[in-house]
Amino acid sequence: MENRKNVLKKLFFSTLYLSAFTFGGGYVIVTLMQKKFVDQYHWIDKDEMLDLVAIAQSAPGAIAVNGAIVVGYKLAGFIGAVVAIIATILPPFVVISMISFIYAIIRDNIIVSQMLEGMQAGVGAVIMAVVYEMARGIHYGKNPASAVICIGALVVCLCGVSVIYVVIACIIIGLIRTCVFGRKESKEK
Amino acid sequence: MIYLQLFLSFLQIGLFSFGGGYAAMPLIQEQVTQVHPWLSMAEFTDLITISQMTPGPIAVNGATFIGIKMAGIPGALVATFGCILPSCVIVMVIAKLYLKYRNMSILQGVLNTLRPAVVAMIASAGISILISAFWGSDGVISLSGTQWSMVAIFIGALVLLQKTNLNPILVMALAGVAKTVLHLAFGL
Repeated sequence: MENRKNVLKKLFFSTLYLSAFTFGGGYVIVTLMQKKFVDQYHWIDKDEMLDLVAIAQSAPGAIAVNGAIVVGYKLAGFIGAVVAIIATILPPFVVISMISFIYAIIRDNIIVSQMLEGMQAGVGAVIMAVVYEMARGIHYGKNPASAVICIGALVVCLCGVSVIYVVIACIIIGLIRTCVFGRKESKEK
Repeated sequence: MIYLQLFLSFLQIGLFSFGGGYAAMPLIQEQVTQVHPWLSMAEFTDLITISQMTPGPIAVNGATFIGIKMAGIPGALVATFGCILPSCVIVMVIAKLYLKYRNMSILQGVLNTLRPAVVAMIASAGISILISAFWGSDGVISLSGTQWSMVAIFIGALVLLQKTNLNPILVMALAGVAKTVLHLAFGL
């Protein structure tokens, strides 16, 4: 990989950029991070990125912040995490500080509200495109259970069950699967 | 001591909001309208609206907004720090364990089970956003209530993303511009 200073600089600016232009919640920033760090820079591989998202997801707090911490930590340790956090919270901090003063004026602006509404559809499209890429990256052939888990989790999530329960359930299922079927590989320990 | 109160309130919000985003909303409401008389309910609703219009997680936005209102920029800094501190500690500990032990077969088994579920969670968040985009935030799905202009923008954005290598942020901005133009020109 490139030298450390360069990695930190790129990490800071790409996280800052993603955070500044990401409307619509944590998952959007996670999908954009995947595009940046997996597809463009090739710093993290696809499977690993899904693991990092799972970590960001299972810890408390905002997913965007957790995602930045985990990616920063993986790329450059503690310093990387600090750099990524600062870059992630700087844009909302600055924007909210300014907006608290002019909120009433922009709230009723028709162009602003239409822009924001249209961007919802764009955000949805970005998420769906990335989901499609991610779903293709899972090895179904080797493991047909993956498809069942994926569809099951989708149904459960759409019914409004908190994602933390889905994560906990998957951890338990994973433990059982490994203990029951995975004996022969356990010598690796 | 307002700084300490801000810090502790947002520390709790950061520590107990699992699932991100909207999961933090009821916690923030409890802390800033009930436990502490920092915002009226109307001001809290304004805060949610501002959060939807601006980048950044709702908890960080809330920390900045309430911090500034109660104690200026230093208040905002203290509240934001409180809100991200639990994440920093917990995520880094898990990340450290993951990077160290990920080759163990038992952890591999867990991660193999977790990966498809994570894809499903992201898909589910995307579907919720689209439902709200196509049918409005009250979530009543009907053919006559469909905003077809939004469906068209979604399909257009999806085609752009799949067929070209356009920057996703640019595609989102284009979607916003398209909606504005459709509204101003045709009243859609």
